[in-house]
Amino acid sequence: MARHATIPPVAVLLETMDDDELAARLAHDLDGTFEALVLTHQDRLYSVAVRLLGDARDAEEVAQDAFVRAYQALATWDAARIREVRLRAWLASIVVNLARNRRRNAADLRPPAALERLLEPGLQPAAGPRQAPEAAALHADAAREWTERLGRCPATLRAAVVLRHVDGLSYEEIAEALGRPVGTVKAQVHRGLANLRAQLEAERGAERPELTT
Amino acid sequence: MSRIQRPLSRASRTNPLDPPAGDAPSAIEAALAGLVSPAPATLAPAVLVEVGLADAWATLPSPLGEILVAWNGRGLSAISLPVDPAAFEEHFVADHRRPLHRSAAVPPSLRRLIERRLAGDRRATVPLDLRGATDFEQAVWRKTLEIPHGEIRPYGWVAAEIGRPAAVRAVGTALGHNPIPLVVPCHRVVRSDGLLGNYSMGGPENKRRILQVEGLDPDALEAAARAGIRYVGSDTTHIVCLPTCHNARRITAAHRVAFRGLRDATAAGYRPCRACRPAGSAAA
Repeated sequence: MARHATIPPVAVLLETMDDDELAARLAHDLDGTFEALVLTHQDRLYSVAVRLLGDARDAEEVAQDAFVRAYQALATWDAARIREVRLRAWLASIVVNLARNRRRNAADLRPPAALERLLEPGLQPAAGPRQAPEAAALHADAAREWTERLGRCPATLRAAVVLRHVDGLSYEEIAEALGRPVGTVKAQVHRGLANLRAQLEAERGAERPELTT
Repeated sequence: MSRIQRPLSRASRTNPLDPPAGDAPSAIEAALAGLVSPAPATLAPAVLVEVGLADAWATLPSPLGEILVAWNGRGLSAISLPVDPAAFEEHFVADHRRPLHRSAAVPPSLRRLIERRLAGDRRATVPLDLRGATDFEQAVWRKTLEIPHGEIRPYGWVAAEIGRPAAVRAVGTALGHNPIPLVVPCHRVVRSDGLLGNYSMGGPENKRRILQVEGLDPDALEAAARAGIRYVGSDTTHIVCLPTCHNARRITAAHRVAFRGLRDATAAGYRPCRACRPAGSAAA
């Protein structure tokens, strides 16, 4: 297709480009490198947005908006500042802020669990390369349940847990992304996991009521 | 994507998303790590279009029938008669050095602005993405945007108005390369001898058609030009205009005075209209 004729280096660069190299190239040639940034970070930003918002369409809009804001910011920065940016934490912070605002705006308008949309074709979580359809459906059900559990976590804990365990950020990166001290972030991840564990226990208790008394 | 910070998955269970048998933190963590979803294929193209590193295109109705419209987050970037979409994309990519994606429809806000503009509403400011054009081309196109719906100006008028009175031929070339015809109304710029001249968007016949849609009579305009009439004045106000100026068209037949040259008009005591500024066209 035509796009490969005009921007040939991207596919090649993607094989090898880590964030340091991306930042160096962005500083040198923002327009020529930005697509590589999007392709490198789109799955993680989208995943974070989906688990924070619980809605695939909202998540796509938030991830899209996050990249647009990132571009607009980078376009005003000088090269030195671009080279120093820690892309993973910075992009995560943009998504978390946009997701927080969207949830706040949407809070009064509709219930949080519009999760059926996650099951639309093409929107299921990655289910492994060779899963049978039933396995994929089970996987999608499980993913939805986990997203619902995350949705029942308090927002501050949810953001910390999602960045740590869905996105795989370090505590230092999460602290930077959320603008909170490392110690606070560690405690919030811990409390978030405890919240999820408590939910699991409660669910199991509800399934087997004879064991709860 | 690097996941160096993630704790190694200790569980070798069949599916990490199954509710864990035990409540060990590692099982919950493994389930959460399995929640990475691939971004929809529409995400990256939408981002690139929004920041102006790619464009989208769709069709719109126009006075010339269906047209192809390309845009990005910075503005409208191209308009073309309906040609083979593959040819349009190929042309666009060659001209603009950006990828072009097919879209279902022009965004409603942009569509409304284009429709209002084509209907003659000069308050409708359509954002234009003119990156890649020279300063001279941009000056010519932006000046052309000022020509009101239903009026025409000679190439020499545009040249004089942008401060390059000798660049009449270059103005013609720049208008021939106008990437956004109809919205940038190059059909309203005509030869300095008053004949309508050529048109980049489908030839002279289309130029006549659009001017007709805008309420002008192409045959009458050319007949007057052939008769040597370049300017029209009013013997009550003693103001001289270009023939299609809205002030000139208000002059009643009894008070209408035709001039071959602006010098004739000024010699007869007429001053140039401040709306159509006919002095510019006299330089050519």
